[in-house]
Amino acid sequence: MALLEVENLKIYYFTRAGAVKAVDDISFSVDKDETLGLIGESGCGKTTAVFAIMRFAAPPGRIVGGKIIFEGRDILTMSGEEVRLLRGQGIAMVFQAAQNALNPVMNVGDQITEVIHQHEKVTKEEAWDRAKKQLELVGISGDRAKSYPHEFSGGMKQRVGIAIATACNPRLLILDEPVTGLDVIVQRQLLNLVNDLRAKLGLPIILITHDLSVVAETCSKVAVMYAGKIVEQADAISLYKNPAHPYSKLLIEAYPSIKGEKGKLISIPGAPPGLLNPPVGCYFQPRCPSAMDICREAEPTMVAKDGHIVACHLYK
Amino acid sequence: MSGLLKRLQGLRKLLKLLLTHSMGRVGVVIFVILGIVVIFGPFLRTVDPMRTGVLQNILQPPSSQFWFGTDHLARDVWSQTLYGARIALLVGFTAAAVTTAFGTLVGLVSGYFGGKIDEVLMRIVDFFMMLPYLPLMIVFAAVLGPSIWNIIFVIGITYWPFTARVIRSQVLSLKERAFVEASRSVGASDSLLMFGEIMPNVVPLMFAEAVLMVTNAIYAEAVLAFLGLGDVSTMSWGIMLHYAYESGLMSMAPWWVIPPIACICATILAFTFLGTAVSDIMKPGYREARGL
Repeated sequence: MALLEVENLKIYYFTRAGAVKAVDDISFSVDKDETLGLIGESGCGKTTAVFAIMRFAAPPGRIVGGKIIFEGRDILTMSGEEVRLLRGQGIAMVFQAAQNALNPVMNVGDQITEVIHQHEKVTKEEAWDRAKKQLELVGISGDRAKSYPHEFSGGMKQRVGIAIATACNPRLLILDEPVTGLDVIVQRQLLNLVNDLRAKLGLPIILITHDLSVVAETCSKVAVMYAGKIVEQADAISLYKNPAHPYSKLLIEAYPSIKGEKGKLISIPGAPPGLLNPPVGCYFQPRCPSAMDICREAEPTMVAKDGHIVACHLYK
Repeated sequence: MSGLLKRLQGLRKLLKLLLTHSMGRVGVVIFVILGIVVIFGPFLRTVDPMRTGVLQNILQPPSSQFWFGTDHLARDVWSQTLYGARIALLVGFTAAAVTTAFGTLVGLVSGYFGGKIDEVLMRIVDFFMMLPYLPLMIVFAAVLGPSIWNIIFVIGITYWPFTARVIRSQVLSLKERAFVEASRSVGASDSLLMFGEIMPNVVPLMFAEAVLMVTNAIYAEAVLAFLGLGDVSTMSWGIMLHYAYESGLMSMAPWWVIPPIACICATILAFTFLGTAVSDIMKPGYREARGL
């Protein structure tokens, strides 16, 4: 059994105009030593899906169906206190926009020890030592433990975020767009750090991003999301080499390559559908170059094809 | 021991920072004078402020014997002024501590949990907000008898809702910030989020509120005492004004009226300045901008 199994997860936002299907019937799993990349355009439900794994569902959003099984237990049926203990020790998350994810009036050392004290009975000195070690783990000198967030650069803040998230040795780490808003050099350093951590701590990771190069760099497995659904799942290399779903294909072609011929970049025409009134049939059909009649009538189901799992009528 | 030493160092650091702020300097100076007066009052050539004198000493202007002159019962105005500072600070600090502690607690709980808890607490706040303190004080004075503690009590229950509202509104915005969610995502409990994550962010506001409450309380005590609702067995600045007004001799004896008025003004000013200065220097970045 995999470490984390998400089965038929559905999260709807109940608005006055109707139910918005932000996450619609998605399934995926993460095993030990695996890094799952979750990619897709903004607003396709990536963050909503992982928030559900942390049991964060803010009204009007509600988890209407499915299971999230972590180490054999369904997170969705856990009590509030069990969920609290799970966060940090079982699953931890590093947030988008690190600048805002740190408390501006506390020094970073205190922010790390706070987490440790929540989960373990340790003395102040021990916790402080561990906080320093955590900082060193992410490549920041332990002497900086007394510094406040505004004294760090953006990349360092994101590192501190990772140090806090891993302070209680979680068994699964979720990174929500960890490199968005940072320059490429810092991005590179952070991704190296993530790879390092995975190697050092043997930590399974779910990485959310819309940057395909980030996925190529770090992930072993990729799930492509479109309009609240997973349209294709495969291991990273084969997804790049032979994308099966037309959306994955276009997504990869829309990304510039630094190798080979200078080619024209392709953009995907149109915009993602509104999820209040999604198109009939396949959600991608209005923008799809290979749309067929059946695409406008029936929703495609998941089929296996050369190691990929893909939802497209092209493969039967 | 090392903890105490550390705290003292922290205090020294705060004082040093206060002295870099122009308003803070004025506040500190007045506050230090007040402190000396309150602690060393009995040694500063004072007599019992309630002790009446002989007939010849009634309403004497300032002289070498009576520095600030005497009142209509030949009592020493200098002593009254100095002892009045004790009452002013006692009322000010106690009432401010009560209102800030209670108001912050209610504001935090209300803002953080929201929903029904918020609704109920805010209706209670509304109820206490509309209580007019003057009539309330008259009722309390009648029922419990005039005493300094009743004044503190009434100021406490009429002012805490204002602190609660201010803190709540700040908490409402803070609890939506990403760092709260981030902290929750690593297993922080509700109480840690409230007191460990959100409260440190409202400390400058709490401080500003507390200082405002000190001035409010000192002012309210003076008003109540002036109207004759105070405790006439203790000598406060308000009581001095009350006697001066009641005796009808105010215009004849300015030395009797000016000291309490000047003291009330200076004290309120000092606390307002201190509050502004502290909330300024507590902003992250103040120290860095001045290379401290």
